[in-house]
This record gives sequence, C-alpha cells and structure tokens, in this order.
Amino acid sequence: MKPAPFAYKKARSLDEAVALLGEKDARLLAGGQSLIATLNMRLSAPNLLIDINGLTNLDGISVKGGAVEIGALARHAQAERSDVIAKHAPLIARAMPHIGHPAIRNRGTLGGSIAFADPAAELPACLLALDGEIEATGPKGKRTIKAQDLFKGLFETALAPQEVLTAIRVPAANKDMRVGFAELARRHGDYAIVGLAASARADGKSLADVRLAYFGVGNAPVRVKKAETALASADIDAAVAALDLDPNDDVQATAKVKKHLAGVLLRRVAKQLLEAQP
Amino acid sequence: MSDHALDISLTVNGERVQERVDARTTLVDFLREGLALTGSHVGCEHGVCGACTVRVNGEIVRGCLMLAVQCDGAKVETIEGLSDSGEVADLQAAFEQRNALQCGYCTPGMLAAAQDLLRRGGVPSRHEIREHLSGNYCRCTGYHAIVDAVEAVAQARAGAKK
Repeated sequence: MKPAPFAYKKARSLDEAVALLGEKDARLLAGGQSLIATLNMRLSAPNLLIDINGLTNLDGISVKGGAVEIGALARHAQAERSDVIAKHAPLIARAMPHIGHPAIRNRGTLGGSIAFADPAAELPACLLALDGEIEATGPKGKRTIKAQDLFKGLFETALAPQEVLTAIRVPAANKDMRVGFAELARRHGDYAIVGLAASARADGKSLADVRLAYFGVGNAPVRVKKAETALASADIDAAVAALDLDPNDDVQATAKVKKHLAGVLLRRVAKQLLEAQP
Repeated sequence: MSDHALDISLTVNGERVQERVDARTTLVDFLREGLALTGSHVGCEHGVCGACTVRVNGEIVRGCLMLAVQCDGAKVETIEGLSDSGEVADLQAAFEQRNALQCGYCTPGMLAAAQDLLRRGGVPSRHEIREHLSGNYCRCTGYHAIVDAVEAVAQARAGAKK
C-alpha cells in the first residue's frame, strides 16, 4: 500500500521541531525504519511529518561523567562502528548486530528505536538492563526520564506529546561490569521471538545488581526479579526455575514456547555474565 | 509550494535530477514512477524483503523506507547505475553462471547488498555473506547459489589484487 497524504517539514532547529509537534497529528521522522513502514501500511496516518534528520549535534557518542551519552539521531550503523560504544557500552555493542539488517541499520536511529518502544526491540531492553536514562526536550526545557519509568506499555512511553527524545545515557562500563545478550529470531535481524539483555556487577564468584530485561514477551521490556535474585548466587538452574515470566501468545510463538525459550536464553546469558569479561 | 508537494534536487546515477514530489512518495516509487528506473523492485513495502535496496550517499538503504523528499541533495545509485558503470559486472556474471537467480525479482537488491559487502574488501566467510544478505529475501533459489556466487566474486577480486 501507499501512505495517506501528509505534510512534510524539515525542522531547522530542535526548538522548531518541538513547536511543530504542537500541531495536530504531527509525528517526528527520525530514521523512519518503523514509521515509514507503518505509513505504507496505513497503520499510521499523521497530518504532518517533522523530519529531524537535518538537526546537528544530536548524533554524538561520547563518555561524559561516568556515562556514555548517545545522541538520539546516532544511527545503528554508527553505533556498530563506534569505538566508544565497543569499549564503554559493551551491551549495546553486543545487541547492535541483531537490530535489523545492514540497510536498516544505515538509517535507523537509537533514539527512534527507544522512543518507538516496540516490545520486541533490542534497545529498550538494553536501556532497562543498564539502568539507563533518556533526556527529553519539550516546550518547558529538558528533563531526564529513567528507563524504568519510560516504558509504559505497548508502543507507549512517558514522553509527553510535545517532547523529543534527545539523548540516551547509560553507565560507562568498568572492570566489574558484566553484560550478556542473546536473542532468538526466525531470521537473523528480524524482531525477536524472545530476547534477553542483562547486566550485573562481578562480586567474587557471584554477581550483584543483576538486571535481566526480556523483550518479545510482553507489552514492554520485562524484568524478572526472582530470577535476578537467584542468579546473584550464580545458581543458573535455580534462576531458570525461578523465572517469573508470563508471556502471551503472539504471531511468532505460543506462550509455552516463549517461556521455554526464555529459559534457554537465560542459561546462555548467565554464562556470559559469569565469564570473566574485560 | 505546499508542504504536501516539494521540489527536490538530487543526483541519480550521476545525473542531476530536479522534480516536484508528493511528500508521501517513497524513494523507490519516485525512482520507478518518476524516473522510469524500474530496476529497483517493490516487494513488501515495509522493509522486510530488500527488493528495493538502493544506495544513498554511498550506503545501502531500503527504498521503501525513505521518502523521496528526504533525498533532496543526496546522491542516489540504483541497480541501473551500478550495472552501467560496470561496478557489479563480475557479480552479475557470477549470478548468471551459478544460477543464483530464477525469477530475478530479488536480484537487483541482492546485487546491491552483495556489492555493499564486497566493496569493503577482503574475502568474507559464508556466514558473513549470509548475515549481510539476511535482509534480502529470495523465494526461488534457496540462497546457496547466491552465497556461492558472492563468495566466488570475493575470491576472484582478492586474487586479482595480488
């Protein structure tokens, strides 16, 4: 199908983008790799598309005060090639090859992926696993939203209608940080049937601050706190047995299959967390 | 000029193009219907099949997931350009020799994606080839012949350099 008609404006500044978002049924166009698909299918029919691709200073990737700050318009391919991401945000580096395909990663942006909040997408779960946060810019200025407060439901975030996600911040890795990532998809690069992003702190032979964030199993990324507690004592079997996850059937798999696969992924990710990592 | 139709200026396969386009026109529809460059194919129209793969500013993209208006000032290359310049001549020959196509619908996108991998240099493994082409569906060949063809060209290009 073809998109319904809409008006298009290229924002020349962030302030202009925020102001234009006040117009009726306006949507931001960043990488467009989900939005344009929904336009083509007429699942979405905005009056106005505000193209923010030309905005400068929104695609930097740097370490600032113990955190890795990623500009919202940084593209997946850019993050995939980034030495800063590889060294200081290893969970995001591990997730990157699973996100779409090369042609998609050349356009798709990290900010767009998080703001879109697809429940089967990798980055929202990474942000939650890392206890990260986003910076939102709106008519009243900037505010910070923690990952745990950001994802409200199916494609729903705490961003206000006139707010633009402008940056993503995750704690920079240190020598005790452990991360793990695994995903099952029917075809490499497709949305996950089930996926798991995890972080922890090495504490002798066990782990502390274990954060396991599943995706593809609910309306938003889901943490499994009982399994996290069990895994902290490095008991993988106990963690799998404690897996407090209640997925729904979807087009990809039944709830039973998803629950089973979640256990398979937990074993893989637990091994990654317990391995010595640089 | 309203915000529903905009004037754009870009180069397509090295030629300067100036057109007025509807905001809602995707890049691949603009290429096919506006410029009669019908080598880029329209398959799924939601980014899954890869039949519309073209190069924008040197990087492969989905032609169905970019709007034509977003290509104002861009350098677009389609299979017609890649073919006419001879850039993919060896890939085309290898696809033919190894029966790496049957109906041919996926072939322009497949060639663009394969060339995107090979132009980085070196000889990618079969796994890397499969991963790089994972965003391009072929419903005829079962992919083996395509991977064979891409691998053969990678080896031939590496050999030619020595």
